[in-house]
Amino acid sequence: MAQTAESLQPTKRKSHSLPYWVEPTFTVVALGLFGLYTLWLVFFQSSGQFHNYLSPFFSPTESWGIKVLPAIWVLWSPLLFRATCYYYRKEIYRGFFHDPVSCAVPESRKYYFGETRFPFNWANLHRWFWYVAVIVLVFLWIDAVQAFIFNGHFGIGLGSIIMLINVSLLTAYTFSCHAFRHLIGGGSQKFSCSDGRPTTRYKWWNRVSTWNENHGTYAWVSMFFVWFTDVYIRLLMNGVIHDVRFF
Amino acid sequence: MPDEITLSVYRGDKSGGQEVEFKVPMQTGMVVLDALHFIQAHDAPDLAVRWNCKAAHCGSCSAEINGSPKLLCKTRVDDYVGEVIHVRPMHSFPVIKDLVTDVSWNYEKLRQVPAFQPAIKAPFTLQQRDVDRIQEFRNCIECFLCQNICHVLRDHDAKDRYWGPRLMIRIAELEMHPLDTGDRLELLKGAAGVGMCNITKCCTVVCPQGIDITDNGIIPLKERVADVYWDPLGGLVRKLHK
Amino acid sequence: MSEDIAYHEYDVLVIGAGGAGLRAAIEAAEGGLKTAVLGKSLLGKAHTVMAEGGVAAALGNVDPQDGWETHFYDTMRSGHFVSDYRMAEIHAKESPDRVLELEYWGAVFDRTPEGKIMQRPFGAHTFRRLAHVGDRTGKELIRTLEQKLMTLDVDVFQEITATKLFKDQDRVAGCIAYYRDDGRFAVFTAKAVVIATGGWGKAYKVTSNSWESTGDGAALAFRAGAELADMEMVQFHPTGMTWPPGARGILVTEGVRGEGGLLFNSEGERFMEKYDPARKELSSRDVVARGIYKEVKAGRGTPHGGAWLDITHKGAAFIKRKLPGMYEQLLSLADVDITKSHFEVAPTIHYTMGGLRVEAQTGATSVPGLFAAGECAAGLHGANRLGGNSLSDILVFGRRAGAGAMEYAKNAKMPKIDGAEVQAEMQRVLAPLARTEGENPYRLHEELQEIMANHVGIERNGPSLEAGLQKMQELRERTEHMQAKGSRQFNPGWHGVFDVQNMTLLSEAILRGAIARKESRGAQWRTDFPDEMEDQGRVNYVQRLTDHGIEVRPEPVPQMPEELAALFKRGVAPGLANSARKE
Ligand SMILES: Cc1cc2nc3c(=O)[nH]c(=O)nc-3n(C[C@H](O)[C@H](O)[C@H](O)COP(=O)(O)OP(=O)(O)OC[C@H]3O[C@@H](n4cnc5c(N)ncnc54)[C@H](O)[C@@H]3O)c2cc1C
Ligand code: SF4
Ligand code: SF4
Ligand code: FES
Ligand code: FES
Repeated sequence: MAQTAESLQPTKRKSHSLPYWVEPTFTVVALGLFGLYTLWLVFFQSSGQFHNYLSPFFSPTESWGIKVLPAIWVLWSPLLFRATCYYYRKEIYRGFFHDPVSCAVPESRKYYFGETRFPFNWANLHRWFWYVAVIVLVFLWIDAVQAFIFNGHFGIGLGSIIMLINVSLLTAYTFSCHAFRHLIGGGSQKFSCSDGRPTTRYKWWNRVSTWNENHGTYAWVSMFFVWFTDVYIRLLMNGVIHDVRFF
Repeated sequence: MPDEITLSVYRGDKSGGQEVEFKVPMQTGMVVLDALHFIQAHDAPDLAVRWNCKAAHCGSCSAEINGSPKLLCKTRVDDYVGEVIHVRPMHSFPVIKDLVTDVSWNYEKLRQVPAFQPAIKAPFTLQQRDVDRIQEFRNCIECFLCQNICHVLRDHDAKDRYWGPRLMIRIAELEMHPLDTGDRLELLKGAAGVGMCNITKCCTVVCPQGIDITDNGIIPLKERVADVYWDPLGGLVRKLHK
Repeated sequence: MSEDIAYHEYDVLVIGAGGAGLRAAIEAAEGGLKTAVLGKSLLGKAHTVMAEGGVAAALGNVDPQDGWETHFYDTMRSGHFVSDYRMAEIHAKESPDRVLELEYWGAVFDRTPEGKIMQRPFGAHTFRRLAHVGDRTGKELIRTLEQKLMTLDVDVFQEITATKLFKDQDRVAGCIAYYRDDGRFAVFTAKAVVIATGGWGKAYKVTSNSWESTGDGAALAFRAGAELADMEMVQFHPTGMTWPPGARGILVTEGVRGEGGLLFNSEGERFMEKYDPARKELSSRDVVARGIYKEVKAGRGTPHGGAWLDITHKGAAFIKRKLPGMYEQLLSLADVDITKSHFEVAPTIHYTMGGLRVEAQTGATSVPGLFAAGECAAGLHGANRLGGNSLSDILVFGRRAGAGAMEYAKNAKMPKIDGAEVQAEMQRVLAPLARTEGENPYRLHEELQEIMANHVGIERNGPSLEAGLQKMQELRERTEHMQAKGSRQFNPGWHGVFDVQNMTLLSEAILRGAIARKESRGAQWRTDFPDEMEDQGRVNYVQRLTDHGIEVRPEPVPQMPEELAALFKRGVAPGLANSARKE
């Protein structure tokens, strides 16, 4: 009800938010562990395949004759894609560089040049890594389809479902990208045709804008899911667990 | 419910100052500005504070309340029940007196933005969807809270290298106007310094108008700069397209 | 006195940086004259920024039958025929151009499906006429003017208060002002001066106005010999907030009713059906404000002495799109979600129709070289202002006053300001700081507001007005002896001294005007003369300050020429009459 005196009794209206250091600490721990895990894969693991399940860290397997460590062959692109992602940049600057660690918390470092110099100006290349990421995504979709084909027959295992979810999350992450939002329509100055109807670019921009609102969530969830997928497949490979077949 | 609240208000000028405590009788629905007015009328008639509208329309009453940048007229006292309310002037601008700071730098920069250059004479034919984006930016009340919180200005005092989020959305509203023919990208990359922003989003958090400064303003501007300076291929495609 | 005074010379000096002042300065600067603008606040924060609902202009974008005749007709009728018809005519004819000019300068109005400027309905406008940007039109307007001004060579003096106008013989010569931040003085010599300092709503306690609205310019010009007119006409806006106490008086835009909001009394009756069956909630402001007032008096008021305003039936999405500012304002200040709940409103002082008496074409006052425009000037709105007509007023007449001042300045020599007068004024301004005891400006302001509320509020009568005048004169005496503690640095107590002096002067004029007008008309509602009187309708009450105090005299209302008068003979708005004929 409206302004009855009762409804305005002062109560503590402010919801208590978490202490400021929680978010940057989470970032450092999560990205740090993920980084260590990745290094471990690069140097100590040469494969990520269990029958028709292929770990996203090792896709595509085809290297067209280029000789590098298998994990490096694929890993540079998603890593650079994520490192130049607008969302991760925010988390990284806050968590690792304390620039700033949280809003209105004083910074100790005096020297600052933002994204105007190497290496941080490489962030401007984000769209190029996006193009590469889309190519990788194609392979991941192929892998996901493969995951439903057991010795030439259609089937569904827990692994198939995990891989499907994984690639879907990566797709959501990739297509909610700020650079994509710009390229698909945000870059144009006018959104209407001369007859007053919306342009196609506008419709796409509008759609991507709604996905973009959750980009940060997709960023974390997709990262953790990639990790989980690899762990799942690695456990299968080592015989620690067995895949559940539904069909 | 307490019948009295305690405010600790910064008193001072260029040469320095400190917080002074005042007791103010609590009233239902009171905002911090009401409490400061009470102090002016009863305890400290010369307490300096800017305000105009008392309804979050004009952007005069920016200050920092318990460490976070806020509009005094929009911040309810009952958000701080049981706490002392510390009111201080904006950190990033020189103090004139008490809560009043010298924000003239912002106006200097606003003057340096090349104005709207329409392609045709009014009346314009524009759809609502064409102007939605710019209307969001034009909702700015020039409170400069975003300028105050932006760490580039606040901690690094890089006013010579970055014009700050308010200026970014001013440029964005012009660059995204369907009928504007101006080109401010060189300025943006150079003197205005969009590259200094590291998209850490504090400006967006404090904006009392809820403008999505980073996602809708600065990032699209960074992408526009990338279009021209980091994407020869895209540039070529656009040229052919024309 | 050894003082560090800054001296400036300009062709055109504009006092006031609201919409009217900025528009005037743009005009003079585009004409190539050396121009300056003074404002008490930072640039772009003047009172105009608060305007919400829209700017009235007969663009005919949604109702093609609309045209200047109908806008003229609505304005004259709502002004109860004591407006200056010449101003109403110029205003109706020129506002569309002024609005389009804003668009050309970068203003971004809401759009119609055809891509034109959207127009919304408002109280007592025959057609949908208010160009708007959600509920923040004033901000769009002042921001656009501010941005336009920045492209021109105009000197903007921010946070500076003019305290006195100087004259050279008969003509105006400039002014003195102090910087609010450090109390330094600046003397401006100018060939022509434009007053655009807005209204004086702060003379009342419950008001939608900002602290700036203390009528400085009108009082300064009055002291310099300019005439005031229609001072009794003070507009109550029907819908101000009532609760919480700190927010009392803050405006709830008429746009809420324009977009479909309905008024109910505590018994759930839609009472406006009683007071104006045809237009109901969208009747003119004087009628709606009186309606709410009468309901409350009859014991059918809401808990905090008002009426319920309800727009929930329009749905949350609509409300948030059309009235985002209102939604936000009530939610944050009063904890009310207007998409889900009705809320309380009560009349609040909103606008001063009266003010400096000016010439319609140029905004010239009776003092040579002195011009006025905007809320501080009288004439356009008569006994009651139409919503949205003020933003168009400040554009149309701001430009005209700027042009008038420019023409005058082009043919004038630079005047001289008498050094002794400057010294005397500085002493007067600094005196409150030197006093060791004296009246407290905050207290006197409260007392002033109390007198105004009790004696010349929404409902008036002779004896009470006379008693009020008595008190006001005593108060005016006391305002000469105020004391300000502290230094010259940004000292609100000290600044308040001059605000209070200006307001008491104008408040006395309000009382005198209300005493002189022995009838009820528009905003003037006298219980001892409850009806409109024909003879009173033929005059404006004009006031001038002499050595013996304020003198009031009736002046005939300018009579419309035949072709304009004919518009009112059909008994229906011209646009409606024309379309009826076509059918
Ligand atoms: C809440 C609200 C909503 C409104 N909504 C609408 C609406 O929807 N439509 C509409 O048409 N009208 C509306 N109005 C009315 C309209 O906004 C004002 O009447 C109009 O803006 C007045 O403009 P102005 O330029 O005359 O003066 P103001 O905007 O009042 O500007 C006065 C200027 O003079 C300066 N000044 C004053 N004294 C001095 C001094 N001594 N020395 C130097 N400078 C001085 C001030 O600093 C200020 O810059 C609304 C008013 C309010 C309060
Ligand atoms: S996002 Fe950029 S502009 Fe905003 S506060 Fe952070 S660094 Fe400053
Ligand atoms: S963008 Fe927001 S925070 Fe920044 S000045 Fe404008 S309203 Fe204030
Ligand atoms: S912005 Fe995050 S992926 Fe592009
Ligand atoms: S007083 Fe206008 S925003 Fe607070």
